[in-house]
Amino acid sequence: MSSKNLILRRIREALGDNPAQPEIPRDYRRAAEAPVDLDLLVERLEDYKAVVHRTSDISDAISRIVGDGQVVAPPGVPVEWLPRGSKTDNGLTAAEIAESDGVVTAAAVAIVETGTIVLDASPDQGRRILSLLPDLHICVLRPDQVVASVPEAVARLTPGRPLTWISGPSATSDIELNRVEGVHGPRNLHIVLVEEAA
Amino acid sequence: MSTHAPKGVGHLRGDEPFPAAAKVALANPQLRRNLQHATTTIRGKSGRVIAELPDWQELRSAGSALKAYTMANLPRLLEQLEEKVTAAGGVVHWAADATEANRIVTDLVRRTGEQRVIKVKSMATQEIGLNEALEEAGITPVETDLAELIVQLGHDKPSHILVPAIHRNRSEIREIFLREMPGVDPDLTDNPPDLAGAARRYLRETFLSTRVAVSGANFGVAETGTLAVVESEGNGRMCLTLPDTLITVMGIEKVVPAWADLEVFLQLLPRASTGERMNPYTSMWTGVTPGDGPQNFHLVLLDNGRTAVLADEVGRQALHCIRCSACLNVCPVYERTGGHAYGSVYPGPIGAVLSPQLTGVEDNSSLPYASSLCGACFDACPVKIDIPSILVHLRNQAPHPRSEKAAMAAAAYAMDRPRVYERAQKAARIAKLLGKRGRGLPPPLNGWAASRDLPEPPAETFRDWWRGR
Amino acid sequence: MRIALFATCLADTMFPAAAKATVQLLERLGHEVVFPEAQTCCGQMHINTGYQKEAVPLVRRYVRTFESCDVVVAPSGSCVGSIRHQHATVARQAGEPGLAARAEAVASRTYELSELLLDVLKIEDVGAYYPHRVTYHPTCHSLRVLRVGDRPLRLLRQVRGLDLVELPAAEQCCGFGGTFSVKNADTSTAMLADKMRHVLDTGADVCTAGDVSCLMHIGGGLSRLRTGVRTVHLAEILASTEAPA
Repeated sequence: MSSKNLILRRIREALGDNPAQPEIPRDYRRAAEAPVDLDLLVERLEDYKAVVHRTSDISDAISRIVGDGQVVAPPGVPVEWLPRGSKTDNGLTAAEIAESDGVVTAAAVAIVETGTIVLDASPDQGRRILSLLPDLHICVLRPDQVVASVPEAVARLTPGRPLTWISGPSATSDIELNRVEGVHGPRNLHIVLVEEAA
Repeated sequence: MSTHAPKGVGHLRGDEPFPAAAKVALANPQLRRNLQHATTTIRGKSGRVIAELPDWQELRSAGSALKAYTMANLPRLLEQLEEKVTAAGGVVHWAADATEANRIVTDLVRRTGEQRVIKVKSMATQEIGLNEALEEAGITPVETDLAELIVQLGHDKPSHILVPAIHRNRSEIREIFLREMPGVDPDLTDNPPDLAGAARRYLRETFLSTRVAVSGANFGVAETGTLAVVESEGNGRMCLTLPDTLITVMGIEKVVPAWADLEVFLQLLPRASTGERMNPYTSMWTGVTPGDGPQNFHLVLLDNGRTAVLADEVGRQALHCIRCSACLNVCPVYERTGGHAYGSVYPGPIGAVLSPQLTGVEDNSSLPYASSLCGACFDACPVKIDIPSILVHLRNQAPHPRSEKAAMAAAAYAMDRPRVYERAQKAARIAKLLGKRGRGLPPPLNGWAASRDLPEPPAETFRDWWRGR
Repeated sequence: MRIALFATCLADTMFPAAAKATVQLLERLGHEVVFPEAQTCCGQMHINTGYQKEAVPLVRRYVRTFESCDVVVAPSGSCVGSIRHQHATVARQAGEPGLAARAEAVASRTYELSELLLDVLKIEDVGAYYPHRVTYHPTCHSLRVLRVGDRPLRLLRQVRGLDLVELPAAEQCCGFGGTFSVKNADTSTAMLADKMRHVLDTGADVCTAGDVSCLMHIGGGLSRLRTGVRTVHLAEILASTEAPA
């Protein structure tokens, strides 16, 4: 007998008592109860040591963050956001990505309650390696991408895509169970939260 | 037909019974200070972020029901998961036990021709002893999680589900790094960000040059074939993104019915485990994505005693565990003994109910007794596993010492016969003859008298007084 | 009201003061107390040590002894916890669904002392006088099995002369746990050491609780260390008055 059949047979025998099929109580908060609170989003992002820039001038904000550094970006990021000398990922090697000073991406969704941004590998967010190796990640976020809660984010996302949920710079709780920022992922996370131009 | 996890492979059985192992830990004051500091910190953090959610209890109820639903529909959900993963370009393997899982993973690595794998912290691979199996095959496993690295470099054993090096404080970690980490800066301080930075530098090149990774999985969504790994440091992202080949070992109980169900678990897990609103990184992938991440993906579905747990109507809820370790952090026993005393990779209250069921109670018969039944674990569990009730249930299955059996039978006999009971009550005063305040008691009762006086027997029992009013 | 007392085997045998005080308190409040003499033990020690089969006759005895009573009180959160949350399961798993149903019915009328006073008798100020500095240990089974919450504290706050001081880390187990204290004596002792330190930190001269078992444990440790701090059951405090009757 294959191990698959063996395991499935064991399970069916284990469930010989026909356990009850429970109803799933869905009375937790699922839908938006109030308008999205961008101020709270900023508070929650900053609480986990992300740096937030609220601006209507995306390229200005990015160039201020990057300074003299050289950044990489996925092909879907508008070139006008990027400082001169930036590299577009049309098949960069891991070494090229790792050597860059930063990466600029957009986002798919952001969650107010948890201070989380989610990337879904769309053309303006790129392959996962791109936002992983550089020590600085600049993520441009539009207000219409922001939802209040985790259930709303799950509902917006497409499960077949590679998804990366990011809440602050890389951190660890492994030393005396306190959160310490700065391990393997980017140690600097900047969120450019786009304000409507006046 | 229930089959337990086989002996001689993996890390589910300790070398000595819990009380003996605990005695060693209790004699280490540094360990107790480290544990008390860490568990107190995490209890505070977790309590604060849980209090922020007005619907925490509703989420717990949903999580509990989802897990019960999953167990009741496990064959269908596993087959659905296999179908979806396969359709998305992954390969699914089924492993009846630790030995088979180790063989599958070792063969897969061998086929790549690689001599080294990077690993994301995973309870399942620790449980089956995968690292030892790989080393035997000449393959070097590199643990990339900071706490696992501390354990590996310190030639130590993990002592906590979430934070395997919880028993080490910052200055001990610094000493381990200085002693064992090649190329470490000799001026390394014990400042936690510096320690984290040392791990970053040490592993960077390994991440970039290793072509095979092994991970566990927190969730596997049957509906979509999506797998999820929840982590903090980014070592998980490295392992799940950079190599050509990814091998994920997942217990069969980790399957989740539908995509939308993640909305429950992604709220419960971080708040209950690290006490964060959300952990820094969660990666989700579905099979293989051309041009992005590993192009070869293998999922190994592991039984290793889980179906034996499932066969027990009371005990099966132990399979609901999402490995948050909240029960460890609130457990007064764990806080004092640490994780090594439990002898299994699953320590603490959940370990005391899971390990004996995976191995068969006779192989871990002291663990169901490693609890005062205070109930703090049940209150803390984000999926409402009634650990105290399972402990009591397993005690009923555990082999009992002959002398205890005789004493319990005698006590039950007397207590069902009020006249015999009354005579026994009078005899209780004989305790006075056993030396001052019970210090002359025979084992195991001398364990009591080592630190506690027995009460002076009263002049009359309550029922004597009642009759005499 | 006619109230049946389940004294519990431990109070009956070793700590009759707690059971006596329960009688005196309820009688002082104008109620009739009966003590069915067929009672012995609820079987909790057997159940929690892994001797469920041996506990079945004890469950049956409890049910038979008390099923004709309208209200039962016990000065123990732990025993009431076992009666309420374990008896029916023990009977059911022994293949006695009829006994399980009866056990559930009796359990629904069995109360821990603070529950009886506040929920059934609706009284918070029992007219007690107790001029001591007192700290309260909530005991795990009262707290997390019965969920008595702040009921005992509300009763204590009304006691005249009593200086109630908060116990740090009150919700942590004292380390008793029945046979745990013998089977895992070293761990139990380590837990007790912390509990005693917290009790001593309060400067209280009395530590009270709703369970004689936990008090036996804490009291045994405090006595060994000759701390001079006494352990006194909640019922004894609530029963004491300025001028003893």
